[in-house]
Amino acid sequence: MAVIRDVMPAFELLQPDTAADAQKLLEEHGEDAWAMAGGLDSFDWLKDRIKKPKVLVDLSGVEELKGIRVSSDGVEIGAMTTLTEVANHPAIRGEYGVLAQAVDVVASPQIRNQGTLGGNVSQDARCWYYRGGWPCYRAGGNICYADTPVGRNREHAIFGANRCVAVHPSDSAPALIALDAKFVMQTPKGERVVDAEDYFVGPELNITRLNILGPGDLLTAIRIPATWAGANFYFEKVRDRNVWDFPLMNVASAIKLSGEAIGDIRIAVNAAAPKPMRLKSVEDAVRGKPGNTETGEMAGRLAVEGAVPLQFNAYKIPLMRSLVKRAISGVAPPQWTQDAAILNDAAREATWRS
Amino acid sequence: MPEMEDAKISASKEHRITRRRFILGVIAGGAVVGAASYKILSPGGRTRGAGERWITLNVNGRMRRVEVMRQETLAWTLRYKLGLTGTKLGCDRAECGACTVLIDDVPHYSCSVLTNTVRGKRVTTIEGLAGADGTLHPVQQAVVDEQGFQCAFCMSGFIMSAVGFLKKHPAPTRTELAHGISGNLCRCQDYNKILDAMMRGAEYMRRA
Repeated sequence: MAVIRDVMPAFELLQPDTAADAQKLLEEHGEDAWAMAGGLDSFDWLKDRIKKPKVLVDLSGVEELKGIRVSSDGVEIGAMTTLTEVANHPAIRGEYGVLAQAVDVVASPQIRNQGTLGGNVSQDARCWYYRGGWPCYRAGGNICYADTPVGRNREHAIFGANRCVAVHPSDSAPALIALDAKFVMQTPKGERVVDAEDYFVGPELNITRLNILGPGDLLTAIRIPATWAGANFYFEKVRDRNVWDFPLMNVASAIKLSGEAIGDIRIAVNAAAPKPMRLKSVEDAVRGKPGNTETGEMAGRLAVEGAVPLQFNAYKIPLMRSLVKRAISGVAPPQWTQDAAILNDAAREATWRS
Repeated sequence: MPEMEDAKISASKEHRITRRRFILGVIAGGAVVGAASYKILSPGGRTRGAGERWITLNVNGRMRRVEVMRQETLAWTLRYKLGLTGTKLGCDRAECGACTVLIDDVPHYSCSVLTNTVRGKRVTTIEGLAGADGTLHPVQQAVVDEQGFQCAFCMSGFIMSAVGFLKKHPAPTRTELAHGISGNLCRCQDYNKILDAMMRGAEYMRRA
């Protein structure tokens, strides 16, 4: 499709100052309303004329949705806090490093300066047939263009496909699942808090949404309990280019050792399925075992059991096996994936010193 | 040869219509057209908190009154309403970085910011870097000294990214700087020369 460079079609722009107002506006306008956080996912849809909301509720002026509050129970991150802010925050870098690492490798510096944590977990699927405006299942049609013998599906799902084979594109989501985060929403029925993994929905439940947010719902904050503070973390993202790209796959784990053995663990991968996958069978299998290569090998094999590759994405099976193995073996991530994080460390030290 | 041409242009500056001035003239005339199309596109009455038609923006230290559509991006306003055509529009999809400007000193893709959301913030474009007397910003001077770009379409975006990054990280290594400006693309693939120029710019900024 040609890239349209003209001004977007008109919409009503509402700019509330408080979360309560924002929620009310979303409720009032229902299906006509579009909640915009950083806008980086929204603008593609609007500029390409694929989604045409009548009313845009711009959340960028809602100060109470921004910022990171640290308490003895953990941290609460406002949904409108930018990814740069999350990545730079001393408490998150110090105690919940897996999240800092994850958001550090999202897209590009400018996108992290504007993109928000709430937006990152609530963004839509990146399947190009869907993004290109094809009338696929996810768009309300009754066909999947990616899952055909010639469909381009190298980036698509090896698990959980149900008519739609798109994957969830978020880097922060698996880290938040590993940290057992809670998502706080304001809904027409009042406040609702869910576990991170329950925030996301697969196509078997709702093929047109990647998360549980419905009309009138507003994600306000993400709470990370202190349970996993300072655990042994692992995050790795594999992508085609080291900037801008969405993950081909990523993995996040939090491990508490008891002696030499893995005492407790949470592990999740994303971009393998239509929603971030918490690998409970792996968690159960490795608890009590030493965090070494042997356990990692076993975990990797277990993780990919039941995977169903499409025409062009079978590589994701060995990829997932390796990522899970590395996340559990207690090894350092390969250097090339960590360049960005290491570089940022050096730069940040300079900032905090100054 | 290049020097001679430069001299000729500056000598006849007074009574020549340069390409840039011609474009700016068209933009000033276009304000009326902009207002007319807004009325056609607008979906009816105003509701509470609606984006305003006339807004005041702080651009390059000056308060500018400008009429904007609700769906207008900052890149559009800067280029076609305020005549600040130094900000380039490449992809218009937050994928190339040519439109990078500073909002409160932080680099943003201006193609992906609604103008109505930057009220009360400081916007800095490439035109706002040089001093009032025309002295170039250290990074701009470094680009001139190193001849850092080929076609230079991406240049203002790269410079704005680098300036934003260097404000926070004044003494980066070459690799750190590369990471800092990794949100910008150069289709001439001139990255090494660009990094040479930006590293020199960092050095000039530290000395200044």
